[in-house]
Amino acid sequence: MADPEHPRRSTVSDRVITWWLVLGILALAIFPAIAEQFYLQLITKIMILSIFALSLDLLVGYAGLVSLGHAAFFGVAAYTLALAAPASDPPNLWLTLPLALATSAVIALVIGALVIRTAGVYFIMATLAFAQMVYYFFHDTRLAGGSDGIYVNSRPSLEIGSIDLAQDLHFYYLVLAALAGVFILLGIVLRSPFGRALQGIKANEQRMRALGYPTLRYKLAAFVLAGTLAGLAGYLAAAKEGYVNPELLAWHQSGMVLVMLILGGMGTLFGAVIGAFSYVLLQEWFSNLTKHWQLLMGSFIVLAVLVLPRGLAGLGRSIALRRRLSASRDDVEP
Amino acid sequence: MSSPEALLLTTGLSRAFGGLVAVDSVSLQLDPATIHAVIGPNGAGKSTLVNLLAGEVKPSSGSIRLRGEDITGWKPDRIARRGVARTFQHTNVFPDFTVFENCRLAAQSRNVHLMRWLKPAESYREWNDAARSAMAMADLGARAGVPAHSLSHGERRALEIAMSLATAPAVLLLDEPLAGMGAEESIRIVALLKRLSADHSILLIEHDMDAVFALADRLTVMVNGAVLASGSPNAIRANAEVQAAYLGADVPMTAL
Repeated sequence: MADPEHPRRSTVSDRVITWWLVLGILALAIFPAIAEQFYLQLITKIMILSIFALSLDLLVGYAGLVSLGHAAFFGVAAYTLALAAPASDPPNLWLTLPLALATSAVIALVIGALVIRTAGVYFIMATLAFAQMVYYFFHDTRLAGGSDGIYVNSRPSLEIGSIDLAQDLHFYYLVLAALAGVFILLGIVLRSPFGRALQGIKANEQRMRALGYPTLRYKLAAFVLAGTLAGLAGYLAAAKEGYVNPELLAWHQSGMVLVMLILGGMGTLFGAVIGAFSYVLLQEWFSNLTKHWQLLMGSFIVLAVLVLPRGLAGLGRSIALRRRLSASRDDVEP
Repeated sequence: MSSPEALLLTTGLSRAFGGLVAVDSVSLQLDPATIHAVIGPNGAGKSTLVNLLAGEVKPSSGSIRLRGEDITGWKPDRIARRGVARTFQHTNVFPDFTVFENCRLAAQSRNVHLMRWLKPAESYREWNDAARSAMAMADLGARAGVPAHSLSHGERRALEIAMSLATAPAVLLLDEPLAGMGAEESIRIVALLKRLSADHSILLIEHDMDAVFALADRLTVMVNGAVLASGSPNAIRANAEVQAAYLGADVPMTAL
């Protein structure tokens, strides 16, 4: 039996993943038909955070780079939209989105080039330090409203047919398409030679170097890709809220997305999405119960980490694995 | 001592760690299609020598030439891509990857294009083929789908060698490939190395003297970081200094 968790997964497991993906996209596509406006906006927010968590998963879960500064790229793209948007007209998505992504990519390239040589806790501290520099740049200068932030007066326009992103329903589907696109893109990248090399570097960087891989370049490329995808999430967040402020780049934001990933399960794409959904939905639920919701949230996360070391996504997988094991107990190992 | 056909040549290679000279002015030559064994008691600097040749450790002085090209101070990945593969004294494979993926990843290292992001890794036939033939050579063909962590110790040592082979190296640096192996497994690895020596240059660090004398075309004896003697197995066997050094140390040299 092929190990389903690692490269060269069995085709069965690939098929299962595809089914879950299709099912998930369908469920999210049908959701607006039954949802109230409040939940439509809530799920839109969660899907944006899912993209953010997926982008961090590439670093943490697949390349073994634990970044505590990922919000910098999210926030920089959000600010790019806010600064590039014309005062009254809606900004053109086809101009502002590439600009925002490019800004995130360049910032990620610069920060990445400086931090990628560090490892472990030094990498965590270096990413945190650079992200805080970006935070204070926006917080302490008048460039974009300082600590007050600035408004994005209208949602970007897509200029296709009758699509109007100012309508929450249309915007919801744009975000869903972006989430599905990022999920599929990462799925493809992770099984490509580049993705396999990243996973090898996470497992044993010294061995990869001895084999001939210039590992720093691979890690830097992953850092830039992750930063760019975080930028996509930041752009969508700014477009959704119509408002950006320095908190989008703060280390709380970096910490939150890391917690989502830990909660959902690192190193699986579903884990990132499940983590974003469970984090925000629990936050909603707990804050309806009590104003001390952070206490409940903290306890839940501690409990989840203790009981489910592979996150919520690991729960479903170990159940499926156990069932398959008992079904094929008589099979001979190859 | 340099000769035109030398594949790998070190001249006065030294490395000091603080006050300790781990490798002391070692000049050594590796010819094509030969097994050159480096022996010596523990702490003689053999592993440091491998680390120097692989670029893992930078030399304090001296030079390393590969096919006449000065590769002194190169990074390990660059040396590896130039055709020098190594194995590690302590098994160093990707435990969670399958045997096939370990070898496939090794083969992929021959072509480190950063921008191959779209096609699945398994769709590159040349890497699959290199991985399969490396597995076959190391007798691991039947274990292709097994994660490396569930291999036996001997199989994992064989996988180390298979991974090196998948990179199609010109030079193999093998750091104690027989360490911790049972007699039967050792015999298989010795046979494998014998087969490989037909078209590879192998620098072999090994404590198992039966294996060393069965395999080596040339022997270098190191003591305290320096070369004590170098020559054919028969010459080394007859060398009084070598005998004294080994009798002085605790390492039994039963084959002598």
